[in-house]
Order: sequence, then C-alpha cells, then structure tokens
Amino acid sequence: MPFTLDLPVFFAFIIAFAIYAYVVMDGFDLGIGILFPMIPAGRERDSAMNSIAPVWDGNETWLVLGGGGLLAAFPLAYGVIFSALYAPIIAMLLALVFRGVAFEFRWRDPAHRAYWDVAFNLGSVVATLAQGIALGALLQGIAVQDRGYAGGWFDWLTPFSLLVGVSLVFGYGLLGATWLIMKSEGSLQERCYRFAFGLGIAVILAMAAVSAWTPFLRDAYWLRWFAWPQVLFTAQVPLLVVIASATFFVSLQRQHHYTPFLMTLALFTLGLAGLGISLYPYVVPPVISIWDAAAPHVSLMFMLPGVLVMVPIILAYTAYSYWVFRGKTGHEGYH
Amino acid sequence: MFESFDAILLARAQFAFTVSFHFIFPSFSIGLASYLAVLEGLWLWTGRQIYLDLFKYWLKIFALAFGMGVVSGIVMAYQFGTNWAAFSDKAGPVIGPLMAYEVLTAFFLEAGFLGVMLFGMNRVGRTLHFVATLAVAIGTFISAFWILSANSWMHTPAGFAMNAAGQFVPVDWLAVIFNPSFPYRLVHTVFGAYLTTALVVGAVGAWHLLRERTNDGARVMFSMAMGMITVVAPLQIFAGDQHGLNTLEHQPVKVMAMEGHFQSYPDGAPLILFGWPDRAQAKTLYAVEIPKASSLILKHSWDAPLKGLDSVDRKEWPPVAIVFWAFRIMVGMGMLMLALAALSLLARVRHRLYDWPLLHRFALVMGPAGFVAVIAGWVTTEVGRQPYTVHGLLRTADSASRLDAPAVAASLLAFIVVYFIVFGAGVFYILKLMSHPPHRGEQGPNRGEPVRAAGITPSPAVAEKIAMGGEA
Repeated sequence: MPFTLDLPVFFAFIIAFAIYAYVVMDGFDLGIGILFPMIPAGRERDSAMNSIAPVWDGNETWLVLGGGGLLAAFPLAYGVIFSALYAPIIAMLLALVFRGVAFEFRWRDPAHRAYWDVAFNLGSVVATLAQGIALGALLQGIAVQDRGYAGGWFDWLTPFSLLVGVSLVFGYGLLGATWLIMKSEGSLQERCYRFAFGLGIAVILAMAAVSAWTPFLRDAYWLRWFAWPQVLFTAQVPLLVVIASATFFVSLQRQHHYTPFLMTLALFTLGLAGLGISLYPYVVPPVISIWDAAAPHVSLMFMLPGVLVMVPIILAYTAYSYWVFRGKTGHEGYH
Repeated sequence: MFESFDAILLARAQFAFTVSFHFIFPSFSIGLASYLAVLEGLWLWTGRQIYLDLFKYWLKIFALAFGMGVVSGIVMAYQFGTNWAAFSDKAGPVIGPLMAYEVLTAFFLEAGFLGVMLFGMNRVGRTLHFVATLAVAIGTFISAFWILSANSWMHTPAGFAMNAAGQFVPVDWLAVIFNPSFPYRLVHTVFGAYLTTALVVGAVGAWHLLRERTNDGARVMFSMAMGMITVVAPLQIFAGDQHGLNTLEHQPVKVMAMEGHFQSYPDGAPLILFGWPDRAQAKTLYAVEIPKASSLILKHSWDAPLKGLDSVDRKEWPPVAIVFWAFRIMVGMGMLMLALAALSLLARVRHRLYDWPLLHRFALVMGPAGFVAVIAGWVTTEVGRQPYTVHGLLRTADSASRLDAPAVAASLLAFIVVYFIVFGAGVFYILKLMSHPPHRGEQGPNRGEPVRAAGITPSPAVAEKIAMGGEA
C-alpha cells in the first residue's frame, strides 16, 4: 500500500492521551480527596470542594473514554487486562462510587457531612492506590493463553505494584495541593504550599525508585532504556525531570500561583512518556502488542472521523467550562 | 464448561444487579433533563417566575440523580472487561466503537455542560445557560441512541462477518447501527424514560396538592406531568405493541416465553393472562386464558398458527417464568398509566385537576410505577435473549472471563453492600428534597455564589459569613 496510516499506533496514542487527560484532571480532584483530612473542616474544606465541584464528572469521563476506547480499539487487551486486574479494578470502581456521590451528599446532609467527608477521602485514596497498583501490575507483565488471562487472582499484588500505588497517591496529592495553590487564597493556600513542599520531595523520591526498579522487571525494558544509541534519547527524560523538579521548588520558594501546578503537570507528562518508552509497542506485556490486540481495520476506520472531529471539540468545551469557573474560588472568589 | 457454571451465574447476577441499578438513574435523568430544558425555555419565553422556581427545584434533584448515574455508569464501562472478557474480545469490534461514540458524542457533552448548568447561572448569563441546559438534555438523548444501538445489535445482530480469531467484524456500519430491533427499542425506551419522569413529577405535584391545594408550583408541575402522561402513555402502548411484533419476527423464542406458550397452536393461540410457567413439565399451570386472542394480537387473525417452545430445543429456552412474569408486570404498569392518563384527562375537562384528592392519591402511588415498568421491561428483553449474549451466535457460557466463583461472589457482595448504602442514601436525599414544597425564589444548587447570601444556605462557610455581617 502506498499510503499507510498505522491505525493501531494512532489509536494507541489516542488512548494514551485519554489516560493522560484522565490522570492529570481527575488526578487533582482525587488529590484534594487525599488531602482532605489535613484540611480543616468548614470554610477551607468547602472552598476546596467548590474548586472541583463543577468539573469533577467531566474529569471522570476521561476514565470512561479510556475504558470504552480500549474496548473499541483493542478489545483483546481490554478483556485480558481487566480480568487480570480484577480486584484492583473493582476496588477502584467502588471507591469512585463513594467519592463521586460524596460531592452532592455532603451538601444535602449537613448532619452527616463528617461521614461523607470520610467517604470522600477514603474513596479517593483507595481509587488512587488501585490505579497505581493496576499500572504496576501491568508493567510487570500479564500471563496470557488462548486470548485470555491465564494467571491467578493475586498476581497483581507485588512489592513493585504496591510501590507504584503509593507513588501515585503522592503524585495525585501533589496535583491536588498545587491545584489548590492556584485556586485558593489565604490560609488554605498557605497550607497547600507546605503540603506541596513535602509531597514534592516524596514524588521525586518515588519517581526515582520506580524508574530505578522498572528496568530490572524485564530485559526488554533494560534494553529499551540503556541500549546504545537510544540512550541518548531516553536520557533526556530523567534530565527533564531534574529541570522540572528544580523549577518546581524554586516556584514554591517564591510563592508563585501557577508554576507549581504546571511543573507538577510536567512531571506527570514525563512519567507517562517514560511509561510509553518502556511499554511500546506492547499493550499487554510481554506478549500482546498493539497490532495483536487491535480491532479489525473497519472498526478503527469507523472511529477515526469520530475521534478526529470530536476530541478537539471536547477539548474546546472542556476548556470553556474551566474558563467559566476560572479564578479563585471560595467565599471571596466571586467579586 | 460445567465447573464454571456457578461463576457464570454469579457474573450474570452481578451484571444484572449493577445494570438494573444504573438504569434507574438514566431512565429518570433522560426525561428530567428534557423537562428542565422545557421549564427554562418557558421561563425565558414568558418571563414568569414560577418556571424558574420549578427549574431550580428540579435542578437540585437532577444534580443528585445525575451524579449517581455517572458513578454507576463507570462501573458498567469496566465490567465487560472484568467478567466478560471473551465477549469483549469477540463482540468488541462491533459494540466497542458504538460505545466509544457514546462517550465521544454524549458523555463529554453532558459532563462538560453539567457544571455550567448546575453552578453557572450567575457566571454565563441566561442565554448561554439555556444552551448548557439544552446541551445536557441533548446529550442524554444521544447517549440513549448509541447505547441502545449497541444493545439492540446483541438482540438482532446485522451487518457483520466473522474473522479467523472468532471475532465479529463489522461489514456495513449502517446495518450495524440501525439493526432491525433498534428503532423500536429506542422509541420504546425513550418513551419509557419520559413516562418515568412524568410519573415522578406528577407524584411530587400530587403530594403537595394533597397538603396545600393552592401551591402554584405544585399545580403547574402536576398539570404538566398529567398532560405528558396523557399524550405519551397511549403512544407508548402502541410503540410497545410494534416492538413486540418486531421481536416476534426476529426473536420468536423470546415471545413464546413472554406468552407462556410451551405448545404450538396450529389454529389460533390463546392469550394467557396469568399462570405459572413450569419449565420441567413444559406447561403453563393454572393458566387463565382468552382463546385465540394471542394470535389476534400477534398475527392480527383469530386462527393464525403460532409456534411454541416445543418447536425448539430446550437448550435454546430462556428462563421462561422470569420472562413471563416480568412482561406481565410491565404491561400491568402500562395499563395503570393509561388509567391515570384517562382520569386526569377527565379531571382536566371538568376543571377539577387541582381539587380531586382521589386523583392525587392515585398519581402519588403511581410515582414509582415508571421505574418498575422500565426495569421489568428490561428484564423481559434481556433475560428473553438468554442463553445467548449475541442472539443466536454467542452463548452466554462462552462469553465470560475465566472466572473464579469466590472472586465473583466477593465482588458481587461488595457491589450489593456499597450500592445499598450509597444509593439508599441518595434516594433518601432525593425524597427529602421532594418533600419540600416548591416556593417562590427557589434556590438552585449554586454554592458559594453571592446569591446564597440572600437565601437559605447549605454551606456553613456562607452561614458564617452571614453571621459575620456579610463581607460580600
């Protein structure tokens, strides 16, 4: 064929983008849930909640696109991954139910607000842990036989997957803290500068630990990162992480409002890039590549116009709804 | 496959439980989103305060129902993978893209504009706010379009071929999307959603009319709801009949189970009103029947022959008793809705719509009837498709992941406990909101906004502010 757009690769990037969009957007609202016990009840909590109430369900829609898109574009991978990660996925779903309803319920039932705040916090922590554990388990590799999952029910539970789970809790916590630095003022903002400092250190240590461990999981990862000459390319990732981290701490020191959040986004972007470098071209390591798992050409072709037209439109009105609720929130935020 | 029978049964129970719970919320929010758009449109058009009050009254309820629909829907997007991996692998190339289009065209539209609709009235102005309300209402309809297309394809698959890996491969997308049962199912389900909402709105109106006959808000909502039911209930019965004829053409075994026809009737089948379908004896016991009426309904002729379950292998039978009874519950609810429609029309003609307590009591008890009918109808059609996931082509037993019964049982239990707590609380909060009569100057769900300072507030932050003399 003279013209070949490699559709499976294109859709792999689309789904990676959906996951990225999910992680950074639901990441900051899950992060606020993670930080909730450390934010005093009353005015500060309410304004933290106000800063995410209008956008949280749009954020979670990216999770549905990630899952639904995987079913549509890589049906084999969808089935294998989610039956392998049965327990963490179910835990994540149930946790998201709890925290999702807490947004409305805490306002509707002031007498039991403390309970719904606990539900919001625990739901956020458990959902984040489960997502991190699922990611770690995927990186380790999944046993496959006859187009189905062939491992046991607890294969996902390892020291590495737990490390990734805890790392993600720090990561989302940092996103939440820096989001609130951007959206709040006064005592809440000061508190979040302190959170961001501690969490920033934790996140960098966690990134270092996960990055150091990953090449030892599989030879393929080792070669991908350290083989000559591509090490010249892959070495840019840790270099950029160092630059972003330095900028992050300087901006905290100088009490910038936006830079800490933007640098946290940069760290997440680099983390995802590193993940892509390790995994590509496998969607279920070590055996199922994106071409093995891809839906038939006709299915992908059918979705192509939808993706090309709708994703930019979605991004446009998502940006619009963030724009509508721009600026500081809370009791002083509307004048 | 026999050793995994229990695990599959548990997985089916889990799917049935989570999808039934989920379905309650969209079947309410599809209709309510449209109702809100109508109310806001009427307010903009007439400028009458009462429409804005009702809009804000129902908006608070919508926010709760929509949130629960979102979180219970995320569960559905992943459950195909956890429990039904083989189905996902084989049917994913066909139904996956339909669901992807649902997310791309509907979910983001709803979620993106919901924030503006709930909290943005003071930020974007009236016209843009109305656009947001319309976007949410249209989004709920587009969502129904795609998901029912995917669901209908599982009942009446069309436009596909099979590949070497055993996957369904789409050949003709128009045939896939507009598969034979889709138009009927779409109309029947959307009417069902409208009726469900109208019955709830009518019951809330009736409740407040019984307590305070002069409440203007209660009068307007009761009148609008009864008007809607009067129009839609007869249409729905017609649509349901057409859907039934379509099912007879494409899934005759399902109709045999609905009718309780174990035997074939070469010269006119009876309409069995009640009875107990006994699968073991292949007979409907204690049948109360009208001779030849079933042939009249299904074939439009007294003497038309109708085949029964004896004409197919037992392995092709769905669970007959469930389908038979679920169908009767749905039809019974439909008949009661028609009765309510007729009575309310009579009351309207006689100008007694607001002062006929008997009608209000009837409308009140009919409040949940839409949910009952929708779930019963859903059970009829989905259980009637068994023992297949893709009708005639992919058996349920061959659709599941390699499941372990304890894992499925544990997660099923967790779903039941969590849903019971969370959605129990949610329904309680919705009922609490409904128990307050609508009043002038109704507050919306905007929190932390200046408008709060003048009215009742759920937020201690703002309450503090008022106590401190209002810094705003």
